[in-house]
Amino acid sequence: MACIDKDGNITRSAELMMLAALEPNDAETIIKECGLAPFRVRSGLRELEKVGLIQMKDNLYQITPLGIEKLEGKQVL
Amino acid sequence: METTNNVKTPFQIPRIGDKAPNFEAESTFGPLQLEDFRGSWLVFFSHPADFTPVCTTEFIEFAKNYEKLRKLNCELLGLSIDSIFSHISWVRNIEEKFGIKIPFPIIVDLDASVANLYGMIMPGDSTTETSRCVFVIDPDGKIRAMIYYPLTTGRNIDEIIRLIQALQTTDKHTVATPANWKPGDKVIVPPPRSQESAQERMNQGYECIDWYFCKKSLEKD
Repeated sequence: MACIDKDGNITRSAELMMLAALEPNDAETIIKECGLAPFRVRSGLRELEKVGLIQMKDNLYQITPLGIEKLEGKQVL
Repeated sequence: METTNNVKTPFQIPRIGDKAPNFEAESTFGPLQLEDFRGSWLVFFSHPADFTPVCTTEFIEFAKNYEKLRKLNCELLGLSIDSIFSHISWVRNIEEKFGIKIPFPIIVDLDASVANLYGMIMPGDSTTETSRCVFVIDPDGKIRAMIYYPLTTGRNIDEIIRLIQALQTTDKHTVATPANWKPGDKVIVPPPRSQESAQERMNQGYECIDWYFCKKSLEKD
């Protein structure tokens, strides 16, 4: 998994996507905010959703409490 | 369907104009689906194996041209029947030995499932390696061009870029491009489909050799 390693640490690209999803945002907005290639954001959001760090509702992505916990653990927030 | 090692024949090779078959696979950038590239042009290409010299030269050239491709809204996606550890190790080796960072993902296809889906294995050439296949896929996910090279012959990256530029020019201006065309050259006006339009086009300011062979400059548009 590109966003999270086996020890549960999130990568820099995952951090950027999670920060862009602090407020509910669609994929296109997150792509713009992250400055990453669109394919990386789309695949990354899918992975982050799979592990419960981001959730999608009404086509909008938002960080979960677990995701916030992760960012706080990395002292990003 | 016959099966020889991991090569299934005959298989339905995607053709120009077909929707590119979707897949999900592990890559050096994590799990990817073809759908993730929707909205961008994509050069999806296979190489025979990691840590081989011709493939290394191709990857270096692709990497050197990556920014030029990005400016054309085009991404690169490689594939071979190698493990993730082999891919990572090779990419790191290219950076260490040649000073070139590979900025695009490489699909891990150990069971050759994606290679078979795209007909990338040529059993007459090798049953265990993918040939040098290139699929140019447009932003709507349609296959627009296919190029096949044998194991022994490295691809011409400039030609792949020229091909994308030609396809994009065709889409934007509804024209065709002649042999050896490059951006800035005159383009071909599509042949007329009726006697009336054949007659009319002779007076439309095109550079016509005959009714079926007319060129124009795009600068006039």
